[in-house]
Amino acid sequence: MASLAEQFEVLSGLAKSGAHLSFGQDFFVKFYQAFLLSNRWQQYIEGVGTTLVVTAIALIIGVILGGVVALVRTAHDQQRHSHRNFLLGVVNQICKIYTTVIRGTPMMVQLLIMGMVVFASSRNFTVVGALTLGINSGAYVSEIIRGGLMGVDPGQMEAGRSLGLNYMTTMVTIVIPQAVKSILPALGNEFIILLKDTSLITVIGGKELLYAAQGVMNRTYEAMFPLLGTAVIYLILVMIFTWLLGKLEGRLRQSDRR
Amino acid sequence: MIVVKDLKKQYNGLQVLKGVNLTINKGDVVCLVGPSGCGKSTFLRCLNRLEEPDGGTVTLDGKEITEKDIDAVRAKMGMVFQHFNLFPHLTVRKNITLAPVKLKRMSQKEADQTALKLLERIGLADKADSYPNMLSGGQKQRIAIVRALAMNPEVLLFDEPTSALDPEMVGEVLELMKELAHSGMTMVVVTHEMGFAREVANRVIFIDEGKVQVDKPPQEFFKDPENPRLKAFLSKVL
Ligand SMILES: Nc1ncnc2c1ncn2[C@@H]1O[C@H](COP(=O)(O)OP(=O)(O)OP(=O)(O)O)[C@@H](O)[C@H]1O
Ligand SMILES: [Mg+2]
Repeated sequence: MASLAEQFEVLSGLAKSGAHLSFGQDFFVKFYQAFLLSNRWQQYIEGVGTTLVVTAIALIIGVILGGVVALVRTAHDQQRHSHRNFLLGVVNQICKIYTTVIRGTPMMVQLLIMGMVVFASSRNFTVVGALTLGINSGAYVSEIIRGGLMGVDPGQMEAGRSLGLNYMTTMVTIVIPQAVKSILPALGNEFIILLKDTSLITVIGGKELLYAAQGVMNRTYEAMFPLLGTAVIYLILVMIFTWLLGKLEGRLRQSDRR
Repeated sequence: MIVVKDLKKQYNGLQVLKGVNLTINKGDVVCLVGPSGCGKSTFLRCLNRLEEPDGGTVTLDGKEITEKDIDAVRAKMGMVFQHFNLFPHLTVRKNITLAPVKLKRMSQKEADQTALKLLERIGLADKADSYPNMLSGGQKQRIAIVRALAMNPEVLLFDEPTSALDPEMVGEVLELMKELAHSGMTMVVVTHEMGFAREVANRVIFIDEGKVQVDKPPQEFFKDPENPRLKAFLSKVL
């Protein structure tokens, strides 16, 4: 039996000479072109690697930004009316503008602005893409974290403060640890959204999975297999992470019952 | 020790406290009673500024309490809540030692020893490593009291400490409070437990219409109330 490579040579030769291929043969040729020819599958693998790295970087930026914004806004809202801190008011306003702008404009537009205007001279498209995704994600994460903080019984803050602990210490040792339980699952969700949104950085030349697929498409003039392959890979990734998140949530719920 | 002068508080137009004057001396066990919604909790929470008063002053040991030094004041004024407000993510031991350690009153080791002593005193030493939701309501509230005691406060504020408890657990909490009172602790207690007020308090205070209406030792307070509103109140609760 001939090797796959030999079969491909024969069949693609036939196709070029104008012969009609059966459905199965046609399928084989296109599949081979999309994934196996000159080890193209490696490009997808590299793409997946970049996708995961970009997702992780964006999530880290998002969590840090979102955490800071959430803390600023919560601290601002919990201030005494007669003892408002001017500086906190200013920072709070900046945070509000940030979340409004980011959540009020399409991610694609943000990417294009960052890639083609703000960092127009940068060649490092993937990093610019990850940064933009992180900044975008921060706005949503801040709302997730804010919701988590507000979801903690106000009596907990009161109990901490009544013992003489200051606002920050009470936040860090009492409120935040309890908020984490409700924040983590939502954060996992955000991770999955980010994972899929990384595909958008292709528009500014970020070299992730979809970029790899497009590279193959440009070589083979054949769109179906690279795109379907990309979709399947994303689906598998999302399913894996959803499963992992389910496990994490189960754990969290278990520790609730202790 | 605590002097309250003309304390006022309103919630969006609703004047809850209309100028409360009260002096609490060292060693006093003061019970605050009054109809629901009359502002007992509001008053108590204005003392340690969990609510911010709109007017008047509260002084502790001759110093007016302001927002600026509030953390130091609260460390001297323990508070016990109706719903315990134990920290569910921390063990009983950690609940008790958190504040003394964070505020650098004690090392973790000293605090652990103090916690153990306090827990032994209430017979719950074996619960040191349990989490709050493994405990009964009565146990939770007694541990909340001990948590406040660990800061070695000058005064303890109680806001209906037994109202959220099943009837069979009320006794153990009141017993501990009685013990504290007898040990000389200054206590301000909002309560519906008239038996406790009669037996343990040295002053019972009736608050109504945003003011202190009656302030008497329990014998007189319960015997023949002159104040018609107090009369009506007592006839309902006794
Ligand atoms: N945070 C708040 N915002 C608006 N109104 C409030 C607030 N807290 C209390 N009130 C109102 O102030 C009044 C006094 O409330 P407070 O809780 O002090 O009463 P109370 O004497 O403790 O009553 P109870 O015996 O039911 O605990 C009530 O009418 C209540 O509705
Ligand atoms: Mg009340």
